[in-house]
Amino acid sequence: MATDTTAYEEMIKGLWRDNPVFVQVLGMCPMLAVTNSAINAVVMGVATFFVLVGSSFLVSSFKQWIPKQVRISLYIIIIATFVTVVDYSLLAMLPAIHKELGAFIPLIVANCMILGRQEAFASKHNVKYAVMDAVGMSGGFMIALFALGSVREILGVGALFGVDLFGSNFEPWVIMILPPGGFLTLGLLLLFFNWFTERRKQFLGKVAEADRAAVLGVDKNG
Amino acid sequence: MTNLKEISIQVQEPGSQRLIISMAVAGFISGIIIISIYMLTFNTIKENKARELREAVFKVLPDVSSMQKLHFVDNKLLLVKSDGMDDDMIFAGYDTKGQFIGYAIQGKGPGFQDTIHVLYGYLSSNRTITGMEILDSRETPGLGDKIFKDMAFVGEFMGLPMTKDIKAVKKGTKSQDNEIDSITGATISSKAVVRIINKAFNIWSPRLPQPGNEPALEIEETKKEANNG
Repeated sequence: MATDTTAYEEMIKGLWRDNPVFVQVLGMCPMLAVTNSAINAVVMGVATFFVLVGSSFLVSSFKQWIPKQVRISLYIIIIATFVTVVDYSLLAMLPAIHKELGAFIPLIVANCMILGRQEAFASKHNVKYAVMDAVGMSGGFMIALFALGSVREILGVGALFGVDLFGSNFEPWVIMILPPGGFLTLGLLLLFFNWFTERRKQFLGKVAEADRAAVLGVDKNG
Repeated sequence: MTNLKEISIQVQEPGSQRLIISMAVAGFISGIIIISIYMLTFNTIKENKARELREAVFKVLPDVSSMQKLHFVDNKLLLVKSDGMDDDMIFAGYDTKGQFIGYAIQGKGPGFQDTIHVLYGYLSSNRTITGMEILDSRETPGLGDKIFKDMAFVGEFMGLPMTKDIKAVKKGTKSQDNEIDSITGATISSKAVVRIINKAFNIWSPRLPQPGNEPALEIEETKKEANNG
């Protein structure tokens, strides 16, 4: 697989075609828990980015020394180390944000998207592809977090990144920033994403048919 | 037969020794990394927390320029010089001349999601709360976190007479001096703050010395220093 795709393609697939949230439906816990405001979502995305790229790099570099039988435990050790580094750095540099994200930073360890990428990709590909894949996947994760976080903050608070959007006449939909709002928004976004993918497939199918018809028509005429 | 044996040896799984060694090495390296990041950030984190606490003390006690930490042991308030903080410690605030002004008292209790950690300023001379600050909370963003973001709510604790337990009432129905208008949509969090303050008040009011007998200022921990450190 790695031989016939470029590193660029490995990166781009995570953003859209194999988006970890909208297509693979992975990493749902942080997805639902920290997306009640756009800034929380972005910080969570950046933290996940750092952890995923770092662990993919290490796993891919050391893959021939990692015995198959204990690989999962070793991946978790690597991931947990990165998460601890992120946790303490955030606590020292951005205490206010750390306060908001609280328990969800240590829980990045349990994000199945990260472990999934190590097992499915980084352990089977060379460093360059592994890092590109990690960049793409965490980028896609960040896009999804941001989409959910901004929708929930706009509807639930009437603001984006803390900037008031609608003035005092807007009555915030309180439910959007509570857990049910997370499920509702995620469900609707998944619906939209699948509808869009379906439409795209149909459209491409039609284009291909038209092409075929045109080619056949040319053949007949000729 | 020998062939088969050779093949089975070739595909044999690595011995448990190798597995243990690789886990141990990974654990050791990971441990070193975690210890170094802990040591690297330890001072910053400690300073952040201490600064937050000190800033909060100066916020809840207006007109205070220096403060010191007091520890309640054996029915007496004694001076503490260490950095640590526990539930039996309060802060005393003094003005520029070293005159005692009031106490900053901490309280903890369950909120809507997790423990809320409150600090409030208290003047024992006229039994008044001078301000309230939430040190730590995990209340719902956008709702429960209004207990420190909603300035109208926080402002209600400024100059609140504390002759008896305070009560949280529905927003707009405040009629007594000891009542606090709750935040719409955050009734549980508002009530929790009030309950925590009442609890801390009831613990501390018998412990505090008679007005006029407060411990004198011994350590100079000024506002300026606090801002710099």
